[in-house]
Amino acid sequence: MSIDIILFLGLAVVAILSAAGMLFSRNAIYSALFLIINFSAIAVYYLILGAPFIALTQITVYAGAIMVLFIFVIMLLGAEQTGRTPASWWMRPLGMGLGALLILESLYLIFTHLHSFPQPIEIIDGFGNPGQVGEILFDKYVLPFEIISLLLLVAMIGAIVLTKKKMKR
Amino acid sequence: MIMDWALLTEWTIKSLVLIFGLIGGFAYLTLFERKVLARFQVRIGPNRAGPHGILQPIADAIKLIFKEELIPAKADKIIFIVAPIITVIPALIILAVVPFGPDIRLFGRTITLYISDLNVAVLYIMSVTSISVYGIVLAGWSSNNKYATLGGIRSTAQMISYELALGLGFVGPILLSGSLSLVGIVDAQKNVWFFLYQPVGAFIFWVANLAEVNRAPFDMPEAEQELTAGYHTEYSGMKFALFFMAEYIKMIAVSAIAVTLFFGGYRGPLVDQFPVLGPLYFLIKVVAFLYLMVWVRATLPRIRYDRLMAFGWKLLFPISLGNVLLTAVGIGLVGITGNNLWLWFIPVSTILFFLLVSHFAQGAVAGGNK
Amino acid sequence: MKWDDLFAILPLVVISTWAVVLVLVDIVIPRDRKGITAALAALGLIFALYFTLPQYNRHLVAFNGMVIVDGFSAFLNTLFLASGLLAIALAYGFLKRNNIDRSEYYTLMLFSISGMMLMGIAADLIIIFLALELLSIPLYVLAGFARPRLDSEEAALKYFILGAFSGGFVVYGVALVYGATGSTAIVEIIQAVVAGKAAMVLLTIGAALIMVGFGFKVAAVPFHMWTPDVYQGSPSPVTSFMAVGAKAAGFAALLRIFVSAFPYLSVSLVPILWLISALTMILGNIVAIAQNNIKRMLAYSSIAHAGYILMAVVTFGKGSAAIDAVSAALFYLLAYALTNFGAWSVVIALEKSEGRGLLLQDYAGLGKKYPAWAAAMTVFMLSFTGVPPTLGFLGKFYLFRSVLEGGFIGLAIIAVLTSLVSAYYYLRVVVIMYMQDGEPVVEGDIWLKVAAGATAVLVVVLSLFATPLLQWAAQATLQSGL
Repeated sequence: MSIDIILFLGLAVVAILSAAGMLFSRNAIYSALFLIINFSAIAVYYLILGAPFIALTQITVYAGAIMVLFIFVIMLLGAEQTGRTPASWWMRPLGMGLGALLILESLYLIFTHLHSFPQPIEIIDGFGNPGQVGEILFDKYVLPFEIISLLLLVAMIGAIVLTKKKMKR
Repeated sequence: MIMDWALLTEWTIKSLVLIFGLIGGFAYLTLFERKVLARFQVRIGPNRAGPHGILQPIADAIKLIFKEELIPAKADKIIFIVAPIITVIPALIILAVVPFGPDIRLFGRTITLYISDLNVAVLYIMSVTSISVYGIVLAGWSSNNKYATLGGIRSTAQMISYELALGLGFVGPILLSGSLSLVGIVDAQKNVWFFLYQPVGAFIFWVANLAEVNRAPFDMPEAEQELTAGYHTEYSGMKFALFFMAEYIKMIAVSAIAVTLFFGGYRGPLVDQFPVLGPLYFLIKVVAFLYLMVWVRATLPRIRYDRLMAFGWKLLFPISLGNVLLTAVGIGLVGITGNNLWLWFIPVSTILFFLLVSHFAQGAVAGGNK
Repeated sequence: MKWDDLFAILPLVVISTWAVVLVLVDIVIPRDRKGITAALAALGLIFALYFTLPQYNRHLVAFNGMVIVDGFSAFLNTLFLASGLLAIALAYGFLKRNNIDRSEYYTLMLFSISGMMLMGIAADLIIIFLALELLSIPLYVLAGFARPRLDSEEAALKYFILGAFSGGFVVYGVALVYGATGSTAIVEIIQAVVAGKAAMVLLTIGAALIMVGFGFKVAAVPFHMWTPDVYQGSPSPVTSFMAVGAKAAGFAALLRIFVSAFPYLSVSLVPILWLISALTMILGNIVAIAQNNIKRMLAYSSIAHAGYILMAVVTFGKGSAAIDAVSAALFYLLAYALTNFGAWSVVIALEKSEGRGLLLQDYAGLGKKYPAWAAAMTVFMLSFTGVPPTLGFLGKFYLFRSVLEGGFIGLAIIAVLTSLVSAYYYLRVVVIMYMQDGEPVVEGDIWLKVAAGATAVLVVVLSLFATPLLQWAAQATLQSGL
């Protein structure tokens, strides 16, 4: 077993357990913290895949900025404890059934198709370094990039329109 | 394999030196601050423990370790205990990408005076900064105390707001050096420190830094008059010491980063001939910045909270955006004309822009949110 | 990026830059003179229109094949820009009367139009998704523009949640299509399919998910649940704009994606689309009968019309019949847009503040007291029904004919039958206006009158001299991105 596999499996345990913890904890703050751990584990995966830029962006944007806002909102609203939502009787068995089906199918696929999965592409030198990311972003994907900036501007204007106090006359 | 072990040993030693250096630095920074503050206020400062009070930090440490540790009955125990640890770790690891000196030769090996030359080092710093909010906000929340929670929430709002200006402050040196690696940024400052090209950027970066580490005049989260001791109201003993430690280590860290980005890092006269001078220059510059921090604390009163936010959003943020734009224009001009003198367009135009905006934005900031 | 690329999307560049600048300019315009902002927004639309019209015979591929300018996109972009002008005319007086004349209405609308125009030229699934978001987000905000009125807030929230939900479907679909073919560009998708390199099962699931996502956007049954509440709660000018713009943009994406990229999936997807189209026509028309609020009635009517246009998408695998159907759908969209704006302008004229004046009974006596308004409304109702001499008739005629050519006789029969059903509730409005007594009060400002009059005249006159318009639509074909 190479060190990569050990790293991969260890991270997988962390990622899956933290995801489960996020779902099962009754305290919203704990859920948010589990989610942060999950995001960080994903970031380390990106590192293993040779994409440090995306890894660190993942931590900055998701684990840092977005989750801080989540926690901020949870604290301001005092919504740490979620009440038990009344679920229909069929929801729990249905969810369990679907989950079991998913696990069985993925196990089947993993064990039968293990050798037919495409091999990962050899990482070329300089892959995923900031310079290359920048070149792709501003050359091939320049139009989506600009549209996204427009989109964010619109979202900002919209948020202000919807929350601004009534205009004084 | 032997090389690997040697490399591993080297890394371990370097990391340990960095961590213990920071912890020692923290201890003596407290003494330094108290002494300097005392001079500002025409006092003498601590002078009992050892000659000139030189053993004072050790006395403090002993006191803190032997104090009783309290955990409030209604606190969230796990997070209450973990929060100080979460606060300290980012402060300790953030300097891993900062070079302290040029490569030196020791025992027949070339040893680099940084732990890692990441090609995304600036992003690394940004992400560690963004993580470091959690310790404080969780400490405030888990104490189950209104003052502490408010302190925690205030600090979150403040840090999120000033992170924007901070991040944009990074962009100037990145554009000028064409590198996201701090080693590359320092190398690019061989002839001219970026401070000269980026006076406004450096200023904004420094102000935002003060807010990020919750130093006066932005020490809102621990405003005694309003919030008793802010987020660490309920902490005592060693856990309190950890918060204390994190704050002072962060002071050292941001000073080191500011020096690296804008003031040539370890660069100085004769460094290339005598590499040992590198760390020395670095230390001198960092101490100068720490002195500046204490000086600011001794001089400026704390800003009111709403004005703090208005200052960040309405003044610092637009100016740093304009700074990025004008820097890019200046570099573009160099690219078009091929004449390096156009770089001086950047400081001239940014300073004019700064004066213009601060003139017009005065009302907006002073008015605050009504 | 080259200048050619920018030139190809010039109308879009003009309108989005105009919107960004208008946000800034608006700061110096005094609060009681927001009419200037409206005029400036209209001016921007006219400019963009000026740059769009020459694109009509072009065939340009720009930004590495991410956008494509052809007759199809030029036709749609003209439609979007014209509906923007109409929406401004409808809104100006209405916003003033209801004390919500904030200028963000106009800037947000320009942003939304730029999203729709992007949808018209998009030739890459990434761009299609971004265009969907860019056109939707301003609409979510506009739906809540009459804040703090509760029904407006409810409309905004419902539209936002379901819109985000449907956006999720689109993204999952795009991801699966990418996984199946290794590309998001429409050209490369079809190339991968032709070369036999695509995983067809994944591709089909992906296409179905995209269909579901846009089904929400165009309000097709069973994804129509949000429509009545959102149409009723949003301020009326916003609703009229939403009914035309968002629907046309949704169909632009559906037609472009299905006709250009997925013609080989028709075996598995046509039955589903057939069913959706039939259900949409039946449910929309039948439920509309039970409504006595005009806004809800028009909402169900818009669902029904989405069903008609969906018939054009059903033919997507039929080669030349599909191309005819695309032209017919475009023509139908044009007819629907004019009729719809006209009908909404009458609704706005009769609407009182606080959402009163919207019941069908409030239209009683309109024929006696305001014969001009009543005549205009009659024209629109006839056009919705599909009675000659109106554009609605021609639209239905060509659409049904192209569906018959595609070989979907059953669908065409359902369409004709449901059209007959729709006559009941459309003509009921006419009956109430002329046969019953009442005291309606109309508050129409000059721009509203212009909009209502112009659309009424156009709906009739264009149907009499429809040949150039039909030719225009017939030439507005989809070009491949090669």
